[in-house]
Amino acid sequence: MGAAARFILRRKGGKGWHWTDIVTWVWLIGGLIIMFGPAMWLAFSSFKTPAALNEFPPSILPYVTSQATVQGYDKPLQLFEAKMPDGTTKVLAEVRRIGLVAQMVDPTTPGEIIKVNMNDRTPVRSVSFATENYTEPFTQFDFLRYLWNSVFVTVVATLITLIVNSMAAFALSKYEFTGRNLAMFVILATLMVPLSVIMVPLYSIISTLGMFNSLWGVILPTVATPTGVFILRQYMLTIPDELIDAARMDKASEWQIYWRIVLPLTAPALAVLAIFSVVWRWNDFLWPLIVLSRRELYTLQVGLSIYSGELNVQWHFILAMTVVTMIPVVLVFIFLQRFITTGIAGTGLK
Amino acid sequence: MTSTTTSSHLGALLMAPVNALMRVVDIPLRGLQKSTGIGGMAAFFLAPNMLIFGIFVLLPLFINIVYSTTGGTAFFLSERSFVGTEQYQRLFTCTNYLDPMSCQEDAFWTAVGNTFWFVVLQVALMILVSLVTALILNRDLIGRSFWRAVFFFPVLLSPVVVGLIWKWILQRQGLLNFILYEIGNVTPYTWLTDRNWTFIATIGVSIWAHMGLYTLILLAGLQAIPKDLYEAAEMDGTKPARVFWRITLPLLAPNLLVVVVLALIKAVQIFDEVYVLTGGGPGTSTLYLTQYIYETGFASALRNPGLAAAASILMGLVLVVLTLMQLGLGRKNENKGKR
Repeated sequence: MGAAARFILRRKGGKGWHWTDIVTWVWLIGGLIIMFGPAMWLAFSSFKTPAALNEFPPSILPYVTSQATVQGYDKPLQLFEAKMPDGTTKVLAEVRRIGLVAQMVDPTTPGEIIKVNMNDRTPVRSVSFATENYTEPFTQFDFLRYLWNSVFVTVVATLITLIVNSMAAFALSKYEFTGRNLAMFVILATLMVPLSVIMVPLYSIISTLGMFNSLWGVILPTVATPTGVFILRQYMLTIPDELIDAARMDKASEWQIYWRIVLPLTAPALAVLAIFSVVWRWNDFLWPLIVLSRRELYTLQVGLSIYSGELNVQWHFILAMTVVTMIPVVLVFIFLQRFITTGIAGTGLK
Repeated sequence: MTSTTTSSHLGALLMAPVNALMRVVDIPLRGLQKSTGIGGMAAFFLAPNMLIFGIFVLLPLFINIVYSTTGGTAFFLSERSFVGTEQYQRLFTCTNYLDPMSCQEDAFWTAVGNTFWFVVLQVALMILVSLVTALILNRDLIGRSFWRAVFFFPVLLSPVVVGLIWKWILQRQGLLNFILYEIGNVTPYTWLTDRNWTFIATIGVSIWAHMGLYTLILLAGLQAIPKDLYEAAEMDGTKPARVFWRITLPLLAPNLLVVVVLALIKAVQIFDEVYVLTGGGPGTSTLYLTQYIYETGFASALRNPGLAAAASILMGLVLVVLTLMQLGLGRKNENKGKR
């Protein structure tokens, strides 16, 4: 045991433990709990029944009180473990409660009523996952619709972003023309214009174009991202111009050069931008909230916020749908996190 | 081996119609190229992006000024009448500038005050936490990329999800009360109905959600510091605290400044997670500027797009100053790198 502990605690280079090592590991383990704990808590809670959600103190796993149908009673009765006067314990079903005394019956002999003091019984509970939290919002509410709207917005906006931004980046990196610096400046300047500054006039433009209450009104204002042009242009600058000159000699059109030569070579940068774009568009909230006012057009984010802002919050549905909303981002995190972190560390942009 | 060939076959199959489409697109574009020349094609490639920029970013910037100088509740510009600087005057009419309640637009000044304190506290604390985390991640760690990912995880979550996760934890029957009950038998408390606690909650939650990004940038900065400096310091027997103040901090300073400005820009615009978590309440205790603009422009019964536009222009000016600072700092760093 001591040898194993010594092996685990052994430090590189045979150095002993320093107080900074303790701080480091306390910070890291604490970080692990604080960063993942809240999301895990939400995920565990999402499988609880409304009754279990209202319990205090709460349990971590979703428990439900066991029930049994007893002959002579219409509704299923809740089961309790009751301490009998002779010291034995018995599983009984509760018929009704009067003050501190519960009237209970033995499921095997339903005829006779046994009176048990409230303090002498504990509910029989078992772990059970309330999967209806997940199925009901899809079947009875519009959440399937919201899911579809979110997927549509994310996929279409990302595709348009990739095409439009890569075309602009191609023009800005591979052509010499008057006004190129002006175009670069305009694009960089728009980094300064966040949505919160232009939402009133943007709304009027969207309305004028007839895109109010339309998913296109959500998509179009977001697709010309300065960040996207910037990332792609930086990457395209590294593609040698000789390749393009050689293609021109072979009578390739400019469009073919863009599509057949430059785009395939830019694939790594396009992949990074695609990941960013998917996360951005999936998570967008304020702009869809302004543009979409009809329920059937909500994205998941808008739907969630509207339902969670109601007076009587149906937490069991909200929690389950929050987990559904989290899934794509968690998948991106698990499989593509490396691309994102290197992308951010490289450009300092998000 | 077989799986890669199948997937590339599948890829080719999926790309076939796209490639065919591109070949069709190429025919008119060759015609265009013949008439405009190669230089003209540059304009063609730039056009879609510039068009979208123009319509959805530049045009709104100018229309915003028109909105802020016109009055009424109508959204169509033709139905709005010119009022000059009335909207701005309304925002700035106060008997005592230190007391939001004495202003005509008390909600605006409450939002400004809230946002100011939020920005100051959130950025200071977040940079501190991010810096400590980056320093720790920069040590000789087992599984550094795993730990880096741990702190980065909330950055990807949507603000709505972040808001809901914490709203659920701060409920009366939530996790926080449970932990306090287990540790100190504290009676459950409704945190989100308390003015002071909601303000603190919005700061804490936004730090939780965004610190990973700043940690990442600072970590990249730390890793760029030449290792031989530390080796030299070790040979001289320099104390770790001195190494930190004399080597790490001065060499990290440019990154730190960029991160501070970036965090300031984001913090001024705080909206989504707070809107879901507290809705700006209770009362106006967590009403921040973006929510004020949103509610004045769209949500409230007495909506006033002109007033919202005026407030958003004022906020935009603050952001322009901050962004220019950021660009200036970036340029200074670049020059340093060249020398």
